[in-house]
Amino acid sequence: METGAQFTLGWIDWAIIGIYVVFTISIGFILKRYMKSSQQFLMAGKSIPAWITGLAFISTNLGALEVIGMAASGAKYGWITCHFYWIGAIPAMIFLGIFMMPFYYGSKARSVPEYLKFRFDEKTRGFNAFSFAVMTVMASGISMYALAVLMETLLGWDFTMSIIISAVIVLVYTYLGGLTSAIYNEVLQFFLIVIGFLPLVFLGLKGIGGWEELKIRLSDVALSGSHPYGEGAYTHTWKYMFSADANPMGVEWFGVIMGLGFVLSFGYWCTNFLVVQRAMAANSMMAARKTPLIGAFPKMFLPFLVILPGMIALALTTLPDSGFNLPLKNGVYDYDKVIPVMLGHFFPTGVLGLGLTALMASFMSGMAGNVTAFNTVWTYDIYQSYIAPGKSDNHYLWMGRMATIAGVVISIGAAYVAKAFNNVMDFLQLIFAFINAPLFATFLLGMFWKRATGHGAFFGLLSGTLAASVHHGLTAPANAASLIKGGWLVGGAENVVKTYPSEMAQNFWTAIFAFSVCFITTIIISLLTKQKKTEEELTGLVYSLTPRPKEKDVAWYQRPAFLAIIVGAVAIVLSIIFW
Amino acid sequence: MGIDIKFPIGLMFTILGAVLSVYGFVTRFDPMYRKSLDININLWTGIAMLAFGLFMLLTSILQKKEEETKP
Repeated sequence: METGAQFTLGWIDWAIIGIYVVFTISIGFILKRYMKSSQQFLMAGKSIPAWITGLAFISTNLGALEVIGMAASGAKYGWITCHFYWIGAIPAMIFLGIFMMPFYYGSKARSVPEYLKFRFDEKTRGFNAFSFAVMTVMASGISMYALAVLMETLLGWDFTMSIIISAVIVLVYTYLGGLTSAIYNEVLQFFLIVIGFLPLVFLGLKGIGGWEELKIRLSDVALSGSHPYGEGAYTHTWKYMFSADANPMGVEWFGVIMGLGFVLSFGYWCTNFLVVQRAMAANSMMAARKTPLIGAFPKMFLPFLVILPGMIALALTTLPDSGFNLPLKNGVYDYDKVIPVMLGHFFPTGVLGLGLTALMASFMSGMAGNVTAFNTVWTYDIYQSYIAPGKSDNHYLWMGRMATIAGVVISIGAAYVAKAFNNVMDFLQLIFAFINAPLFATFLLGMFWKRATGHGAFFGLLSGTLAASVHHGLTAPANAASLIKGGWLVGGAENVVKTYPSEMAQNFWTAIFAFSVCFITTIIISLLTKQKKTEEELTGLVYSLTPRPKEKDVAWYQRPAFLAIIVGAVAIVLSIIFW
Repeated sequence: MGIDIKFPIGLMFTILGAVLSVYGFVTRFDPMYRKSLDININLWTGIAMLAFGLFMLLTSILQKKEEETKP
């Protein structure tokens, strides 16, 4: 019986990892000679076809934390985790492709913060640029820390060695080939992640006896335990959403639709430069609009690759003769070990190396995404705007490369901070959640209401962030163990204004409050302040003042709207099948 | 820009698929089956990767030839 996840690699496993690393770095070397301007290095020369940017759009979001975390959520909450892939992603990706990309791409903005400068003013851009730059390198560091801990546990690799090796590989190919190299590698990594985890899902389902047997096993889990749910609570998405007590995630339908499906999802997919940058690198307006729509297809089916292994792991653990056990940590299942334990249980040498390579690929795609987003925002939105304006393009190309090195070095520092002070990183992530929550309200008003002003946007963002922190300080999830979970304004969880059934529910409602306050504040302050931008200046930035993208020469079935209808229909069908 | 990414992807998957399927074939009598439910998972995964790699390579080569004949 296997109780841990530690295993040793054979020569074939090392060969597979080695071949992958050689190809990854080679792409950087091949692209080096094309990096002759800052636009080529930081924006891929706006030359990438839609199918590549579409896959990169998804791959950069498919980091190691996503793969490990979503498999863990699959084991902890079941199929309800699909909300993060369906209602928590698809509507936002459709909205980005149909309505928002024409502004991002057509305005000639080089980044999301620069769009805010064109639409609002310098202080709104500065607020977004600085918070985003810090946030991306911190996220990169946390991801690096997670991978190093995993490799230390699985293979006995030294923590520092894991950090240095993974950071150097990412640094080499992003330093040499810039955003193009990151995007090309993200496509390669996407295929590797899919083919590395597919055999795991196949063997897992075979081991449990198929989908129907999995449902039976998980209905036993749902009906047992200290808090029984309905028998299908682990294998349905909407059926048990009528009350937060009825499902393992502890959320109800309104919180999911408004908090996750609207505020958090649109805030991430439509305004986060990490993913929007991929679409902005496309070779035409049409390709830029299709990028999130093409990415939506694999996104919808990722639950079968990353959530299903978690559910299988939970079901196998309940099978007496399966020989499979999720490891325990402080007396409860250590859900973060789902993927490594599954790899060790089902994969012999050979595919084991492939599975580990897929895990490393997911980490690298996430980290390279963070580093390339950071170097663009740093170079264009901070360095060129506030530190050294008016320099030659060669100078900014050099600075882009330096920012790449700095981004990786700061990420390494952040990984060590995460190792030494885990609570500091929890605190930082909480602050970033407060900053992100109101962001979509600012963009929504900016793009669809020409009267929205710079003062309105800036103070709307600040008030939304403040509302998020106040809501968090006055509420707490059930069984909150520390003030970082909430209740810090009233001295602890026992004095809070409202206790949410779960941390997830608290997060969703924090986002709803932040969005609402930002939205209302922006409108009020905009009405009280003078619009300094002329209609001419707002052309290309606001919906009512922007000519629609020309599609007359494009066949109806090649238009983004048709693609969006197909994506939406598939998402609805999936939601009905697994309702 | 510069390169057709289908070529390196195809080449990598072809090499990885060939290595994995040969390894699966060579070790087909090694009781490799204990963990993977009596399936030679290396052989079948290797064949799938090889097929995908060759498909990408072929697509890339044909596209390049088509572009060369266009002018």
